[in-house]
Amino acid sequence: MLSSLWYSERARSLTAQTVLLAACLAGLYWLYDNAVTNLTARGIRVGLDFLWRPSNFPISESIVAYSPANTIAWAFVVGLANTLYISAIAIVLSTLVGLVVGLGRRSSNPLTSGVTGAYITVIRNTPLIVQLLFWYAIATTALPGPRQALNPVGGVFISLRGIYLPSLHLEGITSLLWVGATASLLTLAAGLIYRRRRGLAVTMLAAITIAPFVLALLAFVAGGGRAAVSVPELTGFNFTGGMRLSSEFTALIIGFVVYTSAYIGEIIRGGIDAVGKGQWEAGRAIGLRDSQTLFHVIIPQALRIIIPPLTTQYLSTVKNTTLALAVGYPEFGLVVGTVINQTGQAIESIIIMLGVFLTISLAVSLFMNWYNRRVALVQR
Amino acid sequence: MSIATLSERPELSAASAPPPAARRTLRQIFFADLFSSVLTVATGALLIATVPAAIDWAVLDAVWPGGDARLCQEQGACWAFIADKLRFILFGVYPPEEQWRPLLVIGLVLGGVLMTLSPRLWGTKLILGWGVLIAAMLTLMWGGVFGMSVVSTNRWGGLPVTLLLAVLSLGLGFPFAVVLALGRRSTSIVPRILSVLTIEVVRGLPLVGLLFVASILLPLLLPAGWSIDKLGRTLAALTIFAAAYLAEVVRGGLQGVSGGQEEAARALGIPRWKMVWHIILPQAIQKVIPPLTNTAIVMVKNTSLVLIVGVFDMLSAGRAAAADPAWPAPYAETYLFVATMYFIICFGISRYSLWLEQRVREKDYR
Repeated sequence: MLSSLWYSERARSLTAQTVLLAACLAGLYWLYDNAVTNLTARGIRVGLDFLWRPSNFPISESIVAYSPANTIAWAFVVGLANTLYISAIAIVLSTLVGLVVGLGRRSSNPLTSGVTGAYITVIRNTPLIVQLLFWYAIATTALPGPRQALNPVGGVFISLRGIYLPSLHLEGITSLLWVGATASLLTLAAGLIYRRRRGLAVTMLAAITIAPFVLALLAFVAGGGRAAVSVPELTGFNFTGGMRLSSEFTALIIGFVVYTSAYIGEIIRGGIDAVGKGQWEAGRAIGLRDSQTLFHVIIPQALRIIIPPLTTQYLSTVKNTTLALAVGYPEFGLVVGTVINQTGQAIESIIIMLGVFLTISLAVSLFMNWYNRRVALVQR
Repeated sequence: MSIATLSERPELSAASAPPPAARRTLRQIFFADLFSSVLTVATGALLIATVPAAIDWAVLDAVWPGGDARLCQEQGACWAFIADKLRFILFGVYPPEEQWRPLLVIGLVLGGVLMTLSPRLWGTKLILGWGVLIAAMLTLMWGGVFGMSVVSTNRWGGLPVTLLLAVLSLGLGFPFAVVLALGRRSTSIVPRILSVLTIEVVRGLPLVGLLFVASILLPLLLPAGWSIDKLGRTLAALTIFAAAYLAEVVRGGLQGVSGGQEEAARALGIPRWKMVWHIILPQAIQKVIPPLTNTAIVMVKNTSLVLIVGVFDMLSAGRAAAADPAWPAPYAETYLFVATMYFIICFGISRYSLWLEQRVREKDYR
């Protein structure tokens, strides 16, 4: 009886699995038990109440309003907004630069392909954090002070204090413009769906997209709205007016774009190389120009190959933004670190951080999977 | 009507060999058409704008070793600083009179890598050899035997720490990776779910997050008496990270081994674990050597992130060196030097991977 149980593969597998599961649960419980003991010994109360206390620490820059009187929960939101902000800028810019790099690498011009090849090799074989620190060092030690600021174009000043740019100030009922822009986006989405089903001329699509925003702009002007351009000026030891991109932000964006575009360039080159040479020859044979072949024959096919690795690259870009804390840009990781230092609520803060990154990873991969299905070869 | 194939008409097959490529003139290469001309001019302009300035800074105006620190105030790179701080950047705060030990460790890593280069030597003996080497390295660094004084890990620093973290995280991560990959392909549900959860959670997190967990959370999760020092905790995070990424690579290899191999082994009555160890894994791993070397490069680069939790690797040592007020903040030079060290390591690995791939293609062994 017992020996038949021993030799039954099913019984053995079940036993092994039960033991494995029990061991894992026991291990987790052990960690949990240790944590409870340690926390009571240190007098730290576990719970999420600390989120609603005022944060009492400054955040050097943010795209949403923030002051130390705000709650810690809001500080997390501010950090997350900064993370998403630099991720979005880095992804868009490095995709554009990466396209240039990838096409340059494939160019028949040896000068262009050589230079892009060297760029890709050097960038991909050095750590991102070293590159970020290097750009930050350039931005904070090698640039001139405000009085000798570089002035490449009128109104733009590059100095140790950051980059100053002219900015547009709107006075009046600015919410109208936001409503208009949102309405334009919505009509664009609706128009695209309609176009897919029934067909719609591109000019018509453009017209209905622009219309809501133009209407909103007219209403804004009619309501007494004015736009003023503010140009930075040197007053005393610093600039006033205009808008400032901090050294941290500038160094980060340059670092991320330089690093990520080298990877994206390789992905794009790989995708284009993977489309058979015969496709180019066929395009030429039916009288298409090389640019037409590239955009109408090669790229649509290459996209299918490019998208999966590109998804991975976008995801790692979002994860890489945590390195921004090395140069002191207040992204999510830096805020989490500060909160842990200030409150000692390490477990909760780290769990929040892990949860946020897992959610972002999941969301990006779901979206890209959906997109991938759309461009995938339809096999009948 | 029959159509003659090429092989039936030797004179045709000889004639259809591609003509020798026409030699293109420089003009045809660089200015063949408008687009190519634009590219040449644009790339040329970029080079003219950057290269002379870079050469001025790095070579012509630079202060070379032996130069005066005060001269570094002027324009130009301050290589004198790198020469002056070389020992600090490479070995950190390791006691100066004992620095032959970390130097020897660097030598041992190089020796181990040279030993691993030739695929002919791959096997159980090599793994054992690495085990002995790593034990020797740790003994050298730590000391306490053969009359060497004890140097605790908070005084370890610089290049040996970078190399040790890279080698140990990959070496310790690999067995875990194999287990996770096998678990993910298992037919039983419990190991599969556990492996998928581990792999996906770790891969979904930034390494900085894992380093936070290791440096802040781990001390809270272990009993009060167990203290693992910072270097050990960092190594744990790097190991788990490496394991999750290596597991996906190994899984790719496992998928590439045809099912017939397993069926044949079972038909011969080979026990399951022997089958995995002697038949499946060797084939699977040989298939994924190029992506494995890629992961190795990624992990070497990732060791630099330990700066964030305050482990004193080569990058942290460089940053600390550049903060010396006796020198005019030569951060850019320091980071260039550190980047060059990483470049040499990573470029070396990638060239090696290319060579291996070519070898595989030529021999076509499986």
